[in-house]
Amino acid sequence: MNKIETKNLSLFYGTFQALIDVNLSVEEKMITALIGPSGCGKSTLLRTLNRMNDLIDGVRITGEVLIDGENIYGKETDLVLLRKKVGMVFQRPNPFPLSIFDNVAYGPRTHGSKNKAELEDIVEKALKHVELWEVLKDKLDHFALNLSLEQQQRLCIARLVAVTPDIVLMDEPCSALDPVATQRIEELMFELKKNYTIVIVTHNMQQAARVSQRTGFMLLGKLVEYGETRQVFTTPREKKTEEYITGRYG
Amino acid sequence: MRKFRETIIEKTILLNGFACILFVVLIFVFLAKDGLALFKTFAIQDFLFGQMWSPLAEPPQFGILPLFLGSVIVTLGATVIAVPLGMACAIFIGEIAPRWMREILKAGVELLAAIPSIVIGFIGMTMLGPVVKQIFHLPTGLTALTGSIALAFMAVPTIVSIMEDAISSVPRIYKEGSLALGATHWQTIYRVIIPAASSGIVAAVMLGIGRVIGETMAVMMLTGNASVMPQTILAPVRTMTATIAAEMGETVRGSEHYFALFALGLVLFLITFLINLVADAALHRKRK
Repeated sequence: MNKIETKNLSLFYGTFQALIDVNLSVEEKMITALIGPSGCGKSTLLRTLNRMNDLIDGVRITGEVLIDGENIYGKETDLVLLRKKVGMVFQRPNPFPLSIFDNVAYGPRTHGSKNKAELEDIVEKALKHVELWEVLKDKLDHFALNLSLEQQQRLCIARLVAVTPDIVLMDEPCSALDPVATQRIEELMFELKKNYTIVIVTHNMQQAARVSQRTGFMLLGKLVEYGETRQVFTTPREKKTEEYITGRYG
Repeated sequence: MRKFRETIIEKTILLNGFACILFVVLIFVFLAKDGLALFKTFAIQDFLFGQMWSPLAEPPQFGILPLFLGSVIVTLGATVIAVPLGMACAIFIGEIAPRWMREILKAGVELLAAIPSIVIGFIGMTMLGPVVKQIFHLPTGLTALTGSIALAFMAVPTIVSIMEDAISSVPRIYKEGSLALGATHWQTIYRVIIPAASSGIVAAVMLGIGRVIGETMAVMMLTGNASVMPQTILAPVRTMTATIAAEMGETVRGSEHYFALFALGLVLFLITFLINLVADAALHRKRK
């Protein structure tokens, strides 16, 4: 069974249709990349998977999004449990204006852990996971916004790891970072792939080619092509895909 | 020619900018000159710590402690009422209310700020005073508490509009980050949005206090004006502002009483100056 499946998913912002009949299947413990020119709907699609689009006024959705076989737009969906299971890393690193410790402990605290020893344990494990522990272990009470952008993005990933999600959605996670930091975050993504199903939106085609196993190409709200990354980049089936990856437009 | 015009315009704007500062300095100098004149004839410790304000006694007493405590008690009471009310209102407007309601509420709060203080005093005297008197079985409804309640309504607009600004300007990505971790809307508000807006919230509280402590007309009408050491919030008190307003007309220019009122004004000026300074520091606080 696929981890995530969308069935005839359409999304409207008022009268504008941003997603048109999208059928996407995401496999477990793989990195799936969504590429396409600006405004093609790739971020919108990503945000339907943890229902972040609910925050926007006037959004209407038809079709289904199945995660582990359950429609997350069904009546019984608990948004708290859904977002605990489907975490998100944003385009601009967004650590909270709190201490480093409080950032990582934020998720566990909101989900009810109060025990200090337990929290310390979770924070240590999460920071080790993103390779920040050695650098920051003596600075846990420091203000998180003073870290470098790369460290901030790692901290955001640690914050996510601390709530033990199943799926990690990444919305252009490296677009605010320099090339060296980008490479190191990509290495971290390979690490994370062992435990998590990752869906990444990127405008950087090389990044999609480097990190992902599956790639979807979107254009004007449609999922034009979807398949193994190697196939999509070397022998695309659709003419539009070929034109995009060879830089004819975009 | 064009350059000449530019210079003239620039200099005029500059002059206007400096004029504001000049006025503040002039007011302070004027206040200090006449205020400090009191201490040539009256000991400063008797002024600051004297428990009796009685300008007509022989010899006259100018101890401001009862007036100072009167101001403090009314201000504290108003703050205790206005801050939770204003904060709840600001959170509702900034975070919870749908857009159409937000505009209506904001306009309503601004309208509240536009009510003249004499009208608040008038309503407080006729409506609020009798209620306070009845609830607590008091001989008079004009007490520190009555003043506090009325002043709270004058502080609420200041508190709400500044706090709402602070809450609305918390970056959207913080809110999204919190919700994406599975926090509820309320958890997001009190764990992320309020801490992120904390400097603006402190500033709002301080400016609300500044608004209350300098208010004159409503307190004069509502607090009973008894210049005695206040024992409880249910007793009549007299504030520093009300004292100046009530007595200034009766003094002889250049008399000891006249200087004492200026000294009282100077104390008031220093207090509001300090409060504004704290509010300003809170707004520009740098985090470590």
